Amino acid sequence: MASKLGLIIKREYLAKVRNKSFIVMTILSPILIVGMIVLIAYLTKVNDSEKRVISVLNESTMLHNEFRMTDNMSFVHFNGITLQEAKDSTLALGYYGLLHIPNGIDLEKITGSAHLFAKDNPNTHLTQQIEAIFQRKLRQKRLGDLGVTADLFSSVEKPFELNLATFEGEKSVKGINEIKAFIGGGFGYAIMMFIIIYGTFVMRSVIEEKTSRIIEVIISSVKPFQLMLGKILGTSLAGITQFVIWLISASLLLLLVVAISGIDMMAVINEVQATPGGMNGMSQLSTPLDENTLLYAREILNIPWLLLIGCFLLYFILGYLIYSSIYASIGAAVDNETDTQQFVFPVILPLMLAIYVGFFSVFSNPHGPIAVAFSLFPLTSPIVMLMRLPAGIGEGGVPLWQLLASIILLIGTFLAIVSLAAKIYRVGILMYGKRPTYKELIKWLRY
Amino acid sequence: MEHILVAKNVSKSYGDHQALSNISLEIPENSIYGLLGPNGAGKTTFIRIVNQITYQDQGEVLFNGKPLSPEHIAQIGYLPEERGLYKSMKVGDQALYLAQLKGLSKTEARKRLKYWFDRLDIGDWWNKKIQELSKGMAQKIQFIVTVLHKPKLLIFDEPFSGFDPINANIIKDEILQLRNQGTSIIFSTHRMESVEELCEYIALIHKSEKILDGKLSEIKKTYKNNIYSVGLEIEHNAEVFLKKLEEQHQIISSSYDNRENQLDFTIKLPTAETTGILSQLSKEANVNHFEETIPSANDIFIQTVNNRDNGQ
Repeated sequence: MASKLGLIIKREYLAKVRNKSFIVMTILSPILIVGMIVLIAYLTKVNDSEKRVISVLNESTMLHNEFRMTDNMSFVHFNGITLQEAKDSTLALGYYGLLHIPNGIDLEKITGSAHLFAKDNPNTHLTQQIEAIFQRKLRQKRLGDLGVTADLFSSVEKPFELNLATFEGEKSVKGINEIKAFIGGGFGYAIMMFIIIYGTFVMRSVIEEKTSRIIEVIISSVKPFQLMLGKILGTSLAGITQFVIWLISASLLLLLVVAISGIDMMAVINEVQATPGGMNGMSQLSTPLDENTLLYAREILNIPWLLLIGCFLLYFILGYLIYSSIYASIGAAVDNETDTQQFVFPVILPLMLAIYVGFFSVFSNPHGPIAVAFSLFPLTSPIVMLMRLPAGIGEGGVPLWQLLASIILLIGTFLAIVSLAAKIYRVGILMYGKRPTYKELIKWLRY
Repeated sequence: MEHILVAKNVSKSYGDHQALSNISLEIPENSIYGLLGPNGAGKTTFIRIVNQITYQDQGEVLFNGKPLSPEHIAQIGYLPEERGLYKSMKVGDQALYLAQLKGLSKTEARKRLKYWFDRLDIGDWWNKKIQELSKGMAQKIQFIVTVLHKPKLLIFDEPFSGFDPINANIIKDEILQLRNQGTSIIFSTHRMESVEELCEYIALIHKSEKILDGKLSEIKKTYKNNIYSVGLEIEHNAEVFLKKLEEQHQIISSSYDNRENQLDFTIKLPTAETTGILSQLSKEANVNHFEETIPSANDIFIQTVNNRDNGQ
């Protein structure tokens, strides 16, 4: 019996791996992804690098040195022309807009009647930048009226950033929660993609066996459950092969990049690990930039990777088996792929929900009630729990009981769903010609 | 007589639908057993129970005297009505895979496949994909895969559908050959022509119930109704002769050919006793032929089903 399962797994694996589209996708996907990233980065840069030129007609005596070039706009100063002439020349020169500051000596008055003329409704970010210039000048003037000198003003204006630390006295950095959730989210997202892509492959493979009518030939030799299991395992092995190929090629690529750019990775890691004691260790470091970079690096190394990867594998296997057996039973219930829509949507729904709820609630509060609920609910836990896990287990992380409860619920659901799916599969593979309703599927469970 | 398969009071329902009710069958060893019935009668359900694809709700099935169990799967070969092969898989790989699923080792499967491929003259198909073959070609491969593991019991569900007459004949000869080698065969069909040629025993299933079973020759005997077709050579007054005959006997149909002076008619006699009518006829005319019309399996099939439907 075990050898039959092995035969099925082998056939499903080879059928998938030898498929031309599989080979093409394996080679092409990393190229496409890298290409997309490069393209997006390039387009963003092109988009950002567009500088807007604004002409300034300043008829007052004030604000003359305030309009300086920034990364997204530059200013051209007009002198000694009328407003109408300035408008015409701005249009003729194709500038983005014209800022007009009327004649006067009272700052409050001239700012109150200043205008930005633009062809289109001006971009909010740009308007805010110009407003900020006026605002700063006004604040300085109003404070000056109250007796604050220019020196005092600039010392007041110094920016402030809150220092963050954990209770253990380790300095922490901003955004680390987001980074952790992103890493967990990355694992969760990988699980979702894998389930959807390979679940669909399992479903297609079942439909193929039904439409080619080989199914009855095979299940006169093996049990339907063996066939379903073999199909799911064979297809997932093909998927894992694909992931391993991608992982190896990505690591090779990374090594290549590191070698070319000359970064000594070991040195970075050693340095991070050599400064365990928080602030006193930090003081040896020369520049604040390095300090922050190292803090981030240390936080990332502090993520419980072993736990995370272990849990990833566990949640991945259980989640994938649950969903792919549902996919297999859908494939068995229908006659062709177009009929699958009504059944597939409710399957994808919890996955989508997990990703979006995960990204919103886990990011803002990794241990809030919604995050906890979704990390316990078995159809979403493989994704949401992984988003919470980078914070570790125990204090400050996921309470141990929650992790255990989530795993137990998942295993229970796995057993229940697989046996239900196997029943639907067993009946469905021998039904031809009609598209079943949900009501009929429930009836099949009793056959 | 030894029985390869015995079904005792087997019932099966799917929800509200009764697929088999209280079916008992005894399938003798080393014979061809016709499982007949209209579409949807329950033939396929019974076959699926024998193949352990599905299970009976009630009753018992014995294989070689022992309750049917998974170990018997390797001794059964099944060619389903709804059959096919993986479209994008090579013929040889596919046949090897299916043979291994039946428990053959790879080398043994390869050896036997080579024998069968040569026997059916399809040796050069090994590396072709199914999608390159015609339907009839694929059917040949399915036939080989069904018989390859030398099962004790072979089940063919509509084996000739999809074959052209020449290949159907080749397959028919192979089936007979397998029977001669000792294999027991269940042959399920609703096409009666092939039943006459192949089956020694039949069972008729209709609306989930068995309504008739036994040896085909004996069933035919019980179904014959003393109808004879007669040909006479008679030179004159054929009409008068016929009229006289009609007064004494039940004549079902008749025709007279003027040029050949040939009178043909079918007559139903009250008993199987034929000497009286024969001597009467031979006195008056020259008898060309006198033959009992034995009902065909098709006639029996239709008659039994109709009787059943009319509540008789």
